[in-house]
Amino acid sequence: MTLRLTRKAAIGLAFACGLLLGSGQASAEKIVISNWDGYMPADLLANFTKETGIEAEMSVHATNEEIMGKVVAGGGKGYDVLFVSSPFVEALQNLKLIAPLDPAKIPNLANLYPEARALAYDPGNAHSVPYAWGTTGLCYRSDLVKTAPTSWMDMLKPSDDIRGKITMLATDRWLMAAGEKALGYSVNTTNEDEIAKTKALLIEAKKSLLAYDDTTFYSKLVSGEAVLVHAWDGWCNYGIAENAAIKFVVPKEGSDMWVDTMVVTAASEHKDAAMAFINYVLRPEVHRWVAENILYKVPNQKAMEGLDPKLIEQYPNIGMTPADLMKQEQLRDLGKAQKDYTRAVTEITSAQ
Amino acid sequence: MTSITVPTTKARPRRWPPAARTRAGLLALPLGWIALFLVLPCALVVVLSFFERGTYGGIDYIFTLENYGRAADRLYLGILLTSLKIASLVTVIAFVLGYPAAYLIATAPARWQKLLLVLAVLPFWTNYLIRTYAWIVILNRQGLINGLLSWLGIASEPVDLLYNEFAILVGLVYAYLPFMILPLYAAISRLSPDLIEASTDLGAAGFTSFRRITLPLTVPGAAAGAIFVFVYSMGNFITPDLLGGGRTVMVGNLIYDQFLTARDWPFGAALSFILMGLMMALLSLQAFLVNRARRMGTYD
Repeated sequence: MTLRLTRKAAIGLAFACGLLLGSGQASAEKIVISNWDGYMPADLLANFTKETGIEAEMSVHATNEEIMGKVVAGGGKGYDVLFVSSPFVEALQNLKLIAPLDPAKIPNLANLYPEARALAYDPGNAHSVPYAWGTTGLCYRSDLVKTAPTSWMDMLKPSDDIRGKITMLATDRWLMAAGEKALGYSVNTTNEDEIAKTKALLIEAKKSLLAYDDTTFYSKLVSGEAVLVHAWDGWCNYGIAENAAIKFVVPKEGSDMWVDTMVVTAASEHKDAAMAFINYVLRPEVHRWVAENILYKVPNQKAMEGLDPKLIEQYPNIGMTPADLMKQEQLRDLGKAQKDYTRAVTEITSAQ
Repeated sequence: MTSITVPTTKARPRRWPPAARTRAGLLALPLGWIALFLVLPCALVVVLSFFERGTYGGIDYIFTLENYGRAADRLYLGILLTSLKIASLVTVIAFVLGYPAAYLIATAPARWQKLLLVLAVLPFWTNYLIRTYAWIVILNRQGLINGLLSWLGIASEPVDLLYNEFAILVGLVYAYLPFMILPLYAAISRLSPDLIEASTDLGAAGFTSFRRITLPLTVPGAAAGAIFVFVYSMGNFITPDLLGGGRTVMVGNLIYDQFLTARDWPFGAALSFILMGLMMALLSLQAFLVNRARRMGTYD
């Protein structure tokens, strides 16, 4: 009796497994998209499905490195469209994990600014389409600082009144970029001496920091715990939304320019549907809705021209022109020198 | 259905008695689980640690010992020492706080014990991240403690309680205290009251009885709790990040960064393997001490 029961259970189990496996292959047109949480309007996928009949499933990643790890480990299987920052486009392309794009299937590329079609890491959008772009700078409480910051040194060698009320980004490239720009170096420098000098400056700057913070810095600004934070332009807007005294400035030494992109995995079995999704996002009204929703600049000229001027009045950095943005230095993949950056950042963050 | 019989099993001579077969069947699942989800990943980590990082963050399958050479660097040894210091402090504090708590629970009236145990593990019902954020609310400059201090007129300037090692200690002790209390509770409640009674009858006053009888007999429980607290503290990376403000790097952060920021899996794997080795050595030491205590007849 017991034996028969276990056999029944085993058959049942096998049947259930078969169902699960089968369901994965059953629907032909379903794409899986991986994006940062909250980096896309909540209704975008449902609207896309309504219009095109293509089902889309959302998966979230917290960082570029997380999705990169998953895609490298699994060859990209199970994902069709990925949202990654530009240095990762280069890495993914070099690892042959993303597919070339067919411009004929993405006619809305024409809506992009000319600058967005000629980005150094991927000229002509051969492998990637920019989704949002911006820069990094200083986000501060204009009501709580004596003088408005204008230079990276205002954060790295601060006046006494704001010491201990500053946060910096700890993600390696942006932490280093603050020091590099302050010293007049490239944000992509691989020169050992320049990396060492940047490191020394940032270790010194650590003494006047409240904390390193990549995720909640704008709340610290709103609460007044911090008065000056190292921030991405769009995230500063989340602070401005809660307190109008919060302002954003790009330091006079210049900054980095980052681009978040959409790419199609080489392993995707629905490349046409994936490109249809990218084309859908590039529609002026859709991409405009993205900008209004996530408060980041989008590289879509038609979308930005249709933007409500009140939004730019409230969040001045959304009004930054592509020409001004292009004056900042684009982040590139560091290749072998990544190890030197990681080590420098470990030395900085573990310094006592 | 009932008419179906399974002739093959009847024809075959039984090599194993039914009880042994049941036991093997019951063991197969957990053993398979462990092999698949513990042994295999650990083996992968070991193998990975002997390769090179690819230029773009993949893995180049070229044998190298460089990752271990790098791990011996002063920078990483310093981080290891910081972690050992913090984890040891957390363990000691958890013991000092946990022992009286466990003792009180174990000696409380039976109907109270269950309630007190539930209270001790109650924090686990909430997500770790949320509990950590709660500490930010409590400790920050405009937080509950600073609010209370200034209301009482004790401190005119806010006291820095957050984004330093103190905050890391608070967060870790808070998070792992139940892991100290539970094994200690088990050890203390297993003690026969007769032993204490005999000791008292023989003239040992309350504290002497505790020091000479209760405490030595509960060493294995304390060792188990200490290992839990220590191992979890060593591997934690959320607390140093959120409560420490990212200003103190522990081994957990270092490994996390190799995998998720530097895309340097081989080096991260080498660091993980070293940490695993260290933990295995500590666990062996604990097992050795408990066995010795057993052999000396001071346990059970």
